[in-house]
Amino acid sequence: MKKIFSYPKSLKPAETHYCAGCGHGIIHRIIAEVIDEMGLRENTVAVAPVGCAVVAYDYFNFDMTESAHGRAPAVATGIRRTLPDRLVFTYQGDGDLAAIGTAEIIHAANRGEKISVIFVNNAVYGMTNGQMAPTTLLSQKTETTPLGRDAERDGYPLKITEMLASLPGVKFLARKSTHSPQEIAKAKQAIRDAFKIQRAGLGFSMVEILSACPTCWGLSPKESLDWIKNRMVPYYPLGRIKEPESELAET
Amino acid sequence: MTRPTTIERKLTTGNEAIAEGAIQAGCRFYAGYPITPQNELCEYMARHMPEVGGTFIQSESEIAAINMVFGAAVAGARAMTSSSSPGISLKQEGISYIAACELPAVISNMMRGGPGLGNVWPAQSDYFQATKGGGHGDYHLIVLAPATVQEAFDMTKEAFDLADRYRNPVMILGDGILGQMMESFEMKPAKTRQPSRKKDYILDGCKGRKPRVIQSLFLEEGMLERLNDKLQAKYRRIERELVRYEELNTNDADLILVAYGSSSRIARAVMRDARVKGLKIGFFRPMTLWPFPTEAMRKLAKPKRAFLVIEMSAGQMVEDVRLSIEGRAPVYFYGRSGGGIPSEEAVFAEVRKALKKARSKVK
Repeated sequence: MKKIFSYPKSLKPAETHYCAGCGHGIIHRIIAEVIDEMGLRENTVAVAPVGCAVVAYDYFNFDMTESAHGRAPAVATGIRRTLPDRLVFTYQGDGDLAAIGTAEIIHAANRGEKISVIFVNNAVYGMTNGQMAPTTLLSQKTETTPLGRDAERDGYPLKITEMLASLPGVKFLARKSTHSPQEIAKAKQAIRDAFKIQRAGLGFSMVEILSACPTCWGLSPKESLDWIKNRMVPYYPLGRIKEPESELAET
Repeated sequence: MTRPTTIERKLTTGNEAIAEGAIQAGCRFYAGYPITPQNELCEYMARHMPEVGGTFIQSESEIAAINMVFGAAVAGARAMTSSSSPGISLKQEGISYIAACELPAVISNMMRGGPGLGNVWPAQSDYFQATKGGGHGDYHLIVLAPATVQEAFDMTKEAFDLADRYRNPVMILGDGILGQMMESFEMKPAKTRQPSRKKDYILDGCKGRKPRVIQSLFLEEGMLERLNDKLQAKYRRIERELVRYEELNTNDADLILVAYGSSSRIARAVMRDARVKGLKIGFFRPMTLWPFPTEAMRKLAKPKRAFLVIEMSAGQMVEDVRLSIEGRAPVYFYGRSGGGIPSEEAVFAEVRKALKKARSKVK
């Protein structure tokens, strides 16, 4: 019998601790598939964040470290400058990247560091039980916005990918989603393109991926996917926000 | 500065001597953020790191700099950052992670007055945050305390070897005087130094081996305690192997002056002057602040003898002196803080006071 589906080599055959319906497992898998397909597993060093994905190194099957909260782009800078021929990427959530780590992400991007960032946006602090994230939508209820996020009191949901688009050192930006198989396939393509940009030495690349957190959203996995599509996507439009002209047209 | 092939004398600041010492020790990664009084170090690295094919990054913050050093150490580089007191406070988060992950790194700290923004004048206000951990958790840095530009250069070269040998962060703890003062020093021929052992823990891609993980998160019951036990065993080993100090005229001394770094140069001058005047004064200078020369101090605590600790702080190292002596002898303190520097005259007056107090206690 022919084996038609298995773990990518870049994933350890481990059961994850992620909740039912969580997007991390999907995103881990598509990253691992891309690294396998590009033949880079033995040439990769990645940085895990503080957040639910902190133990990503229990699941990815290549060299990994973890950084202090928000500092992953600085850690990746030190790694990539020391080992310029390796694939170096960070895996960060919205609290890590868009709140406590804003200085590190903006300046790594502005230096045009040849790293890639996988930015998982689930509009909530998942690991600490669901407090407001910088990306929490207006009127969205969280543990620290019990009546819903109020712009007057809590400010507005942060579109950090659009913010980074103005920086000349940034060569590739995309926002993708995990709410359907089609979108997941597009997210995988964007990850591949981000890694290609890095391998070509062009500069900084980042893929923001909208992802479900049914546990903290208080929704079922199916409802969560609908919530991404109907609530998140209108505010966080999908697409390729910045890319070099030619060669990387979406397939 | 050209790297010499024979022994040469150079005239430079402590900051530049530390930077050159680092490059000669094989440091190939530097990240830092400007802060007075240590900018000469950062600027020297910007000029000279490219000559040896190394990386210089002016980071967006002290926090980013220490985390870049973390990354460079993860990838196997000899890496360094530098700052001064308020900047070191910011780096403490990263230093705790470096210590927890047992990574080698060198941090230069040319101290200035605090607390708060303080001022840019020389001080020894960071003894606590250098020697007691500084960040969260049970850990220690190795802390070297140069008193001259020569020592700043030599100790920096050694710091990289120590960091690799013990896989532990090492701090060069000086102050604004040492950092900015020019002194002549002897530069031995530069040789490319290699880490004393093969780095079998670094992350450079898992070619031909199993993937490695460098982490400081241990959630499973008992695992973090095991890490701490391992770290503590290493710290005990460092305490056995690394303690260094200088001791002068202590045999017959009625009073021993204890000081480190810049204030030790003042204390040494006072000791010499006092000997000329016929006073039996000794001198003790810790050169490693952690590990502290506890045993050596304890042995000096004899009947009819007192100690006078001189610091450019409100009294920080004096606590370790008292812990070492454990009440066996009186320990007095004289310090200036906030950029104030003890004058020889003021220290001499304190010596006379201390002798008087000690004598009245003996009676």
